[in-house]
Amino acid sequence: MSPAIQTERLCKQFGTVEALREASLSVAEAELFGLIGADGAGKTTLLRILATLLVPDSGKATMLGLDTVAGYREIRTRIGYMPGRFSLYQDLSVEENLNFFATVFGATVEENYNLIRDIYAQLEPFRKRRAGQLSGGMKQKLALCCALVHRPELLLLDEPTTGVDAVSRQEFWQMLQRLKAQGITILVSTPYMDEAVLCDRVAFMQEGRILAIDTPQGITKLFTRPLFAVRGSDRHKLIAELRSYEHARSAYAFGNSVHYTDARETADPSELASWLRSRGFDDATVERIAPGIEDTFMALMEEKPKELADG
Amino acid sequence: MAEAVIQTEKLTRKFGSFTAVDEISFSVASGEIFGFLGANGAGKTTAMKMLTGLLAPTSGEATVAGFDVYRETESIRRNIGYMSQRFSLYDDLTPRENIRFFGGIYGLGSSELREKGERLLDSLDLQESADTRLAALPLGWKQKLAFSVALLHEPKLIFLDEPTGGVDPVTRRRFWDMIYDATDRGVTVFVTTHYMDEAEYCDRVSIMVDGRIAALDTPAMLKKQFAAETMNEVFIQLARPAKRGEG
Amino acid sequence: MKRFIAFVRKEFYHIVRDRRTAAILFGMPILQLLLFGYAIRNEVSEVRTGILDMSHDTVTEAITDKLFSSGTFIFAGNLQSEKEIAPAFAAGRMNEVVVFEPDFAGRLQKDGVARMQVVTDGSDPNVSRIVTGYTQAVVSDYLAEQADGSARQVGVEAVPLMMFNPSLKSVYLFVPGLMAMILMLVSALMTSISITREKESGTMELLLVSSLRPVQIIVGKVVPYLLLSFVNVVTVVSLAYFVFGVPCRGNVALLFAESLLFIMTALSLGIMISTITNSQQVAMMVSLAGLLLPTVLLSGFIFPIHSMAWPLQVISNIIPARWYLVIVRGIMLKGAGIAVLWKETLTLLVMTVLFMAASVRKFSERLQ
Repeated sequence: MSPAIQTERLCKQFGTVEALREASLSVAEAELFGLIGADGAGKTTLLRILATLLVPDSGKATMLGLDTVAGYREIRTRIGYMPGRFSLYQDLSVEENLNFFATVFGATVEENYNLIRDIYAQLEPFRKRRAGQLSGGMKQKLALCCALVHRPELLLLDEPTTGVDAVSRQEFWQMLQRLKAQGITILVSTPYMDEAVLCDRVAFMQEGRILAIDTPQGITKLFTRPLFAVRGSDRHKLIAELRSYEHARSAYAFGNSVHYTDARETADPSELASWLRSRGFDDATVERIAPGIEDTFMALMEEKPKELADG
Repeated sequence: MAEAVIQTEKLTRKFGSFTAVDEISFSVASGEIFGFLGANGAGKTTAMKMLTGLLAPTSGEATVAGFDVYRETESIRRNIGYMSQRFSLYDDLTPRENIRFFGGIYGLGSSELREKGERLLDSLDLQESADTRLAALPLGWKQKLAFSVALLHEPKLIFLDEPTGGVDPVTRRRFWDMIYDATDRGVTVFVTTHYMDEAEYCDRVSIMVDGRIAALDTPAMLKKQFAAETMNEVFIQLARPAKRGEG
Repeated sequence: MKRFIAFVRKEFYHIVRDRRTAAILFGMPILQLLLFGYAIRNEVSEVRTGILDMSHDTVTEAITDKLFSSGTFIFAGNLQSEKEIAPAFAAGRMNEVVVFEPDFAGRLQKDGVARMQVVTDGSDPNVSRIVTGYTQAVVSDYLAEQADGSARQVGVEAVPLMMFNPSLKSVYLFVPGLMAMILMLVSALMTSISITREKESGTMELLLVSSLRPVQIIVGKVVPYLLLSFVNVVTVVSLAYFVFGVPCRGNVALLFAESLLFIMTALSLGIMISTITNSQQVAMMVSLAGLLLPTVLLSGFIFPIHSMAWPLQVISNIIPARWYLVIVRGIMLKGAGIAVLWKETLTLLVMTVLFMAASVRKFSERLQ
């Protein structure tokens, strides 16, 4: 079976900015694939090339087996695309937006209603409301409906959950899971690391490069150094102290603890704990933990030149 | 408890028949990092506008940095810092020009401004890019600069409105290092965020639901109270039954 | 076709929902016509006129009576000699002095020619010209009433414009110019803004991905504004006709057809602007600086083309409004038909086709 999305060494430059540097990935049919990275990592550029809105400077991309440059007309009729900013007509009502996008895509809301029913049910009470007056979460749901209304085989979603509260984000991802179950391939970008675990596979992006591609479980295997969760009363002082430790590679606040990475191949938590006690952190506890996705991403970032970490 | 930098008593704002903020009462102590969370449309933005003197309350009382939100909005604005992801600095000016401009607005003298500006550029490691237009700088740098500029006039209190949106995890944490440094100097921090792990970095957290403060405590106590592992769970438990999905 | 109709309907929603813009679109033409129309009329309605009558006969008195009964002229005193004219102007007591030569009635009877002189304050040439024309009109009215053909030539200096604008009412001249300006504004400015707005809000991304063809998008934007502009044409023409009494001596259908052509020219220009700009602000600046100002200044609307410096005269040729102005003035004031105006019509047609072709070519199916 050929992949639903395939890119080979895509490059794109805007002026002096290299937005995309040799990005290669492939997404299987009915896969939920996540592009994880901060603003400016190249996610939007990659998605726009795949949506046939941009032509790459070099490299090649195919969607549903069609070349994104030569076959753009057909691709456009078969995919759904949700741009990064809220891109619906704010002065049109929920209903009018949906009908409009259905019609211009050559479909009707009725014939594909079963696909969007779950999502639209939540919008139903507000169907006469202007889209501009919806809350962030509702806007995203409407945008998703509009991208789905012509029953695309493949969905490209550019940061659908940015600026959306935690509850709406959770609901949004549940919707994506259901769509995937219906056989729709989904490529979604996000700056939230915690959303990576909800994908089948993820690609980490930074400064136009793809740092790594794997399943959420697999990708954490790239993190090889000892990782400890350190807890103590004055977290700020604790972080500063940990960074001054001779074997420290990094120390960052992580929820209610500090994640400390040792620079050595192996390290002993009790060794660090006793050092901390010698520095006056009497209540400090140190515990070896398995790296999470965010730990891995940060470690991969820091292996790159300094400019990345600062950027 | 240290003196209160923000004190509100049944602070309310209505828009027509819609009550955006419904009798919220809380206080923020000096030197505290106060996390102000809430779902989209819960009334966070409206509350923040009242506290920064941009919007008059409908009823209730509030003082910010010792000034009344009805009558002394001028003084409030002079005594607080404000930074948001949306409004921060001018992209078509260089860091140096931005510092000069905003310092000027806050009423710093030119010699003071020059000295402070240079110190700021040094501490941010920005000397090399001091004369590059901001648009060409990475987002992380811009946010650090925006934060420092908001503190140029040495306010006692700074409002941060989703300061870390869209930046990578490392930069996000560096930004929090800066926040901690500021509190070490005695600055009180009032911050909103959508990253629930950042809620853990706050001394106390309030969660708004449907215009009211549904919970307010230290992250540890909140997790205990709601029998939750993470602040994310606390948040979802509270915000899930929100009536007002809209607003 | 269904897609296309959906698109057009959406455009109408935008127009109707944006109340402020809709008010400007429909209110502005009316307001401007009323403003310009009445402002000009007021200007010449209180002409302080002095009389230097060296004849004092029945004819001069009849003409004087008629002059002051028209409402335009206010009697500002009788003068005894020509020497008093200049001081009266300088003091601002009078704007105009009408001088009748001695034995006015006698000469008119005998030679069929009598001379009167209309002296106006030349420091405001525009007003002078209008005042002179008014006075002449009153006199020729009077003579026409006498129904004696032999008395037609009265020795008053002729003004060339008299022929087509006997009362020299400025509103006659303003209507065509105003039509050109309004159509340019509505058509070009509004379309260019409406397309760039879609680029700004990101909806253009979705339209492109929807596989709507560029032609569909462009035509979908053209149709609503075509109708809108046409409503404005009808408004302006009826206002001019019913309120200001501007005649339409030619074929009304031809006038509307030519207006539609001009609207198309302006629309295609607007779309061309939108294909090269990415923000509403830039589109507006380009439209204002590149279209509206030349339309007002270089089309012959305010400044006659023949009195411009030659480089400007050359430039005026590429201003669509210049040709439209000739057409409207021709049809409304001279009663000209297509046989006379085919050259101007063809020019507009060629311009439209060129702009349209350029727009479709430049319209990018991708983002830049």
